[in-house]
Amino acid sequence: MGEMRGLEPISSKADVVVIGGGVVGCAIARELSRYRLDVVLLEQAPDVATGTSKANSGILHAGFDCEPGTWKARLNVRGAALYAEIAEGLGIPRREIGSLVVAHSDADLATCESLLARGRENGVAGLEIWGADRLRAHEPSISADVAGALWAPTAAVVCPFLATVGFGENAIRNGAKIHTECGVTGLVTAGGRIVAVETTRGRIEARFVVNAAGVHAADVARLAGDDSFTIHPRRGEYILFDRSTGALARSVLFPTPSKVSKGILVSPTVHGNIFIGPNAADVDELDDVETTAPGLDEIISGARKIVPDLPLQNAITEFAGLRAAAGKDFIIGESPIVKGLVHAAGIQSPGLTSAPAIGEAIAEILADLGLKLTPDPTFVPVNPHRPKFTEQTPVEQMARIAADPLAGRVICRCETITEAEIVAAIRAPCGARTIDGVKRRVRAGAGRCQGGFCGPRVTAILARELGIPVTAVRKETLESWLFYARAGLEIREDIDA
Amino acid sequence: MTSRVQPIQCIGCPVGCGGEVVLDGDRVVEMRGFTCEKGEAYAAEEVVAPKRMVTTTVRVHGGALHFLPVVSDGPVPKEAIFDCVRLLRGIEVTAPIETGRVIVADALGLGVDFKAARAIAVASDGLRPA
Amino acid sequence: MRDATYDVVTIGGGPAGMAAALAARQAGADRVLIIERDRELGGILQQCIHNGFGLRKFKEELTGPGYADRYIEMVGAAGIDVWLDSTVLAAEAGGRITCVGPTTGLATVEAKAVVHSMGCRERTRGAIRIPGSRPAGVFTAGAAQRMVNMEGYLPGRDVVIIGSGDIGLIMARRMTLEGARVRAVFEIMPYSNGLTRNIVQCLEDFGIPLYLSHCVVAVHGHDRVTGVTVAEVDADLHVKPGTEFDLPCDCVLLSVGLIPENELGRAIGVSTDRITSGAVVDQFRQTSKPGFFAAGNVLHVHDLVDLVSNEAEIAGRSAALFAKGVFGEATHERAVIAGEGLRQVVPQRLSTLEKGKNAIRFFFRSKAPMGPSIIALKTEDGIVWDRKLRVVKPSEMIVADIPVNRFAKASHIEFVLTLDEHPEPLEGAVEEEDA
Repeated sequence: MGEMRGLEPISSKADVVVIGGGVVGCAIARELSRYRLDVVLLEQAPDVATGTSKANSGILHAGFDCEPGTWKARLNVRGAALYAEIAEGLGIPRREIGSLVVAHSDADLATCESLLARGRENGVAGLEIWGADRLRAHEPSISADVAGALWAPTAAVVCPFLATVGFGENAIRNGAKIHTECGVTGLVTAGGRIVAVETTRGRIEARFVVNAAGVHAADVARLAGDDSFTIHPRRGEYILFDRSTGALARSVLFPTPSKVSKGILVSPTVHGNIFIGPNAADVDELDDVETTAPGLDEIISGARKIVPDLPLQNAITEFAGLRAAAGKDFIIGESPIVKGLVHAAGIQSPGLTSAPAIGEAIAEILADLGLKLTPDPTFVPVNPHRPKFTEQTPVEQMARIAADPLAGRVICRCETITEAEIVAAIRAPCGARTIDGVKRRVRAGAGRCQGGFCGPRVTAILARELGIPVTAVRKETLESWLFYARAGLEIREDIDA
Repeated sequence: MTSRVQPIQCIGCPVGCGGEVVLDGDRVVEMRGFTCEKGEAYAAEEVVAPKRMVTTTVRVHGGALHFLPVVSDGPVPKEAIFDCVRLLRGIEVTAPIETGRVIVADALGLGVDFKAARAIAVASDGLRPA
Repeated sequence: MRDATYDVVTIGGGPAGMAAALAARQAGADRVLIIERDRELGGILQQCIHNGFGLRKFKEELTGPGYADRYIEMVGAAGIDVWLDSTVLAAEAGGRITCVGPTTGLATVEAKAVVHSMGCRERTRGAIRIPGSRPAGVFTAGAAQRMVNMEGYLPGRDVVIIGSGDIGLIMARRMTLEGARVRAVFEIMPYSNGLTRNIVQCLEDFGIPLYLSHCVVAVHGHDRVTGVTVAEVDADLHVKPGTEFDLPCDCVLLSVGLIPENELGRAIGVSTDRITSGAVVDQFRQTSKPGFFAAGNVLHVHDLVDLVSNEAEIAGRSAALFAKGVFGEATHERAVIAGEGLRQVVPQRLSTLEKGKNAIRFFFRSKAPMGPSIIALKTEDGIVWDRKLRVVKPSEMIVADIPVNRFAKASHIEFVLTLDEHPEPLEGAVEEEDA
């Protein structure tokens, strides 16, 4: 166990090396793949979307709460507009369900008014203040003591994994390379300028390096001698409910925000589940994504202020993610210390929303730094449509099964996911390599039984498709093997039977 | 020889009497706390020569499944459970298997056979499980 | 598209589905179909390789696969159609079932009567909110059981088990026999949820400690599980501060309850019992939707497969009569109430009593463990039936066959479970009433 299998040889040189396979890194790689460039993205984990991009609220914010003039304000509004254009073609599930900032008092309503004014300044369309009656008519489960709300119709929910995978797959289809299980161990400079990246899998000569390493971005910068910023990981915990609770909220429900956070919200997911969270706790470790009993209690009591009657018995999972907090704004631009090193760092909320706009911004910056951007006429902006079996008509389903009998075998019973869909998710560019990778792409195991039934089967399918033994199948991280071989295990002798 | 007291949890029925057996060497001198004859009989055997049914699996070649469940056709002395499982770990069989086939006869000379708990057909179709 | 018409279709080919299909044939249904999503019949029995099944039904102790084997043979001999590797996508209220499989393709079946026998699923870590990290090595006990017994792989070598349900206890022994170290079983309640026999033969035999009133408050590890933090809880199930301790392990198995897999029932709008999570049924196991019957663990989670088979026979026979048009409309409906001391009762209602039927079987679970107790049936005429019980445990179903003449005319039907103030002196093993 343990050796890397089936990994393609890594590139020896590139025009641009992007470090980090989160939604930001993948969106940057995809944007750069429009041009005639050698683009290489490095990800230390076996899959993309395994850091902040896997555990966040999945919301495309309307953009009313960013301070005007900041990167956040500019990129949020632009990013939200870009998703509206490109999400469908890239296979990124997105639903424009609107958001509500729920006010409980006159003071809250005053905050909503100021958010409305700020939103108009940022160019957010359709903002309105609603009275309590209109709010209750829209959200029947909402707390009785609400005073009103700020309505933002352009807010949407999106699948953050499939956003990352969609950008990553499209980047690969347009010639970029994504090397997974490839950790960065050094940044080589010469004369104050970046020249190469050292990785766990070899050295890559690079003209430019884009640092999109999420919570690890400051560590990456330091590899080049740039200590111009630090990242403070701030953990947020979530509880996800079964889809049977989907009627609990129609839109994203925010509390009236405090100075530090958008607060604990109640929201539908793009797939029709409900989630509550996140709280905010500063943590020391860059991999501390443990949930805590007090933290879960905190988000339950926070969410109850908006929706008092939470269906806690229908919780299907709890998880935590880290925000890569740096300062008030995103850090976007060339390193003040090392030429050719461009940061896309400190990307906390609204980072998911901003990601495609960050891609554009980074391309502009690279052009300003002397990288020639020649459009590639073969660029294809969309990914092949991979319809969900359950969303097809019977005629389409029959044709699909006739062509591939595996399309008729349901593996995940909770979400009705067929073997053919799982196989496709593994074989696609930027394909799944782990159990969680399959779950995040096609939702096998994301339902109420959380993989209790389909886990053993998905394990077997991964082993077959990747050509590895079952004992080499991993859950998510580099060494997260799931099963041991039975043979070769010695019977314990020390038990007094 | 001094007598000793061994507590025995009866498993005969849902009441689950917690009784005690007083032993002089291997000889039962007294029973306390059991409320039926069945319970006393169980306790008497349990305290002197406890036995258990043993179930495990053996590897199957060419079958629709990779493992065949097997079961002892009678109880096995408790101290021999691990030896039986170790013995069966080394056994491999080939499909088809019919229910009740003797997989290991007179295991370890205990007078107990291990038998196939189910049938396993030969692997057939092209849609084999992954 | 394949189309077919059947008198009775059972959705699910585990013990309930097979027994219901057989009973339907015996009751005169000509065309009976079992739709099973796995590649063979038997359901979860096929992974339960331990013995202890069938004492009531076959008067001998069988393994799970052995019990399934008997039924598979009977199904084969009875002229029942079986579609394997087929998953039901939709089962509409009119009896139209859409299913899909790699060999059947997309198929629709018109069923005159349908038996829901989909079984149950395991409660997950998420459902009981165990905090901590999310490394590999956390499995539900049943999923682990499938991997060990059917696929031949081990989910860990150093195991902690959360919950004292029977599957967890069985897996404690199984993992031990496979060479793993099982550190302990932690049960949040002050009493065990497993059968005494399993406590003795799966834990005590191997020196595995069972900690009552303890829960796991955190799972640790980045790649694989590296350990858990455990704490004692008070009577309100709150963690007692200062009682926390750490235990290293590389695997956590969860045996914290089973939930009926009743989504198809909910989808057609059958009334659901908030406590059992299964359908509300009458004594014929008919749900609130005429022609739809339910049996086995999709209706309420059973302790013994033998009782599943018995219950499914009722449902299968009723479905056959419904298909033949001789079932009659459910009238004179009365609710059956689980009163004091009882958590649940099945059936939850009675409809017109069948002529010639002498007794009706009820299943109960108690709210808490109790010593000598009396279970009684209260009607508007007072207590009309009662029975002494020497001991009561929530993990062990109370089964009672109650003479129909005691409640035939009653409109208020309520069962209560109270402490027995005058218990008879202890003697003799308790024989649960048999079918």
